Amino acid sequence: MDTELMLKVYPFFLKAALVTVELSILTGILGLSCGALGAAARLSRFRFLRFLGAAYVSVFRGTPALIQLFILYFGGPQIGIQLDAFQAGVIGLGVNIGAYMTETMRGAIISVDKGQREAARTLGLSQFQTFRKVTLPQAMRLMIRPLGVNINALIKGTALVAAISVVELTYTAQRYIGSTYKPFEMFLIAGVLYMIIIYGTGRAVAWLDRRARIV
Amino acid sequence: MTASQPFIEVRQARKCYGEIEVLKDISLTVDRGQIVAIIGPSGSGKSTLLRAINDLDPLTAGEVWLDGVRVNKTLPHRQYEKHINQMRQHIGMVFQHFNLFPHLTVRDNVTMAPKLLKGISDKEADRLAEEQLAHVGMLERIDYFPSQLSGGQKQRVAIARALAMKPKLMLFDEATSALDPELVEEVNLVMKKLAEEHMTMIIVTHEMDFAASVCDRVIFMDGGVVVEEGPPELVFRNPTQDRTRNFLRKHLEGAK
Repeated sequence: MDTELMLKVYPFFLKAALVTVELSILTGILGLSCGALGAAARLSRFRFLRFLGAAYVSVFRGTPALIQLFILYFGGPQIGIQLDAFQAGVIGLGVNIGAYMTETMRGAIISVDKGQREAARTLGLSQFQTFRKVTLPQAMRLMIRPLGVNINALIKGTALVAAISVVELTYTAQRYIGSTYKPFEMFLIAGVLYMIIIYGTGRAVAWLDRRARIV
Repeated sequence: MTASQPFIEVRQARKCYGEIEVLKDISLTVDRGQIVAIIGPSGSGKSTLLRAINDLDPLTAGEVWLDGVRVNKTLPHRQYEKHINQMRQHIGMVFQHFNLFPHLTVRDNVTMAPKLLKGISDKEADRLAEEQLAHVGMLERIDYFPSQLSGGQKQRVAIARALAMKPKLMLFDEATSALDPELVEEVNLVMKKLAEEHMTMIIVTHEMDFAASVCDRVIFMDGGVVVEEGPPELVFRNPTQDRTRNFLRKHLEGAK
């Protein structure tokens, strides 16, 4: 193993890791937004919205994220969608992970005990007040950990955007392999950096979960 | 509105779940200040009837009236929501499993609804919480979370939470059924206190002794109909119907 080379090139990987982090954060925000909308649609009183939500989930969970990215980035221009690689990466991955988050959020919301809603409604709270004051605060606590799992998948999923040439960790590793012919070392650096990002995120999620725990 | 109009009236209530008819044409009236127990075997429809009164389980057909106002009015969705939320403010309900809000303190459990619905200030809310919790003997636990309370304490807080809306009527759905035997009494005492204060109450219960000692009237339900009703001394000591007798005998044997 060429440790000397690894020490020489790893600063360039750190830069790329920042891109991966940036990509993850933006994708996460978009994913959570899509998830919230999706869950709201899935739980809507209106059949049409429920259908839209279900369609969103089955389309985006039912096809490979890579294909979704390719359609958006390479196929987009054909139907008038011009995005640079980074934008396409964020939107493609965000909408994709949003489908998983939809199910996570919906699951958390429906697993709040029905008696909670009944008690709130019995006191005279409206549906919206009941959701905001009783169901949602409890569902939020229930969804922290499973959303953490989604976020973990999302971070690893950002490696896919190397395929549309976003200069993030995986792409950077591939580029350095092209000039050094040392795939083991280059992928090892990338792998370690992914692990650090994911470990840090995992700790943050665990901390949030502990803090939100009901006494 | 006439003076003789009943305070609560259920008219020809029917409730079906698909093919199964759980309430078959039930009518009953309750006067202001009256305390009514509904007893009967499980599956007799007594909880369904209770939950129809505040429209938690909407009736398939029939009417529910409270103080001259139809509770289960036919209205477009939005208007109906507004109407029923208004009506429910007057109808307190206590559940078998307490259903306290676990993410809120005892204080906030009691004050959440009055704050949201009556727009009272934080100061008034605090006073209200203290007053209601003192009433059920739970003032010392005002800053606890529900998970830190025993079942009996939870139920007393749940009663305080319902009373904080100053309801005209209280519904109790097997309020002591989920409690350990030694915790039943503290909840019964609170309910007795309410009875002495002339709160109108409809109580679904399995506790015949409690029903006999507190209630003005007992309704025995079986198979979705009211089989027999009357003052407790009559229904319990001298039931006219075989089904009532059988139920009471089985119940007595079960208690032994």
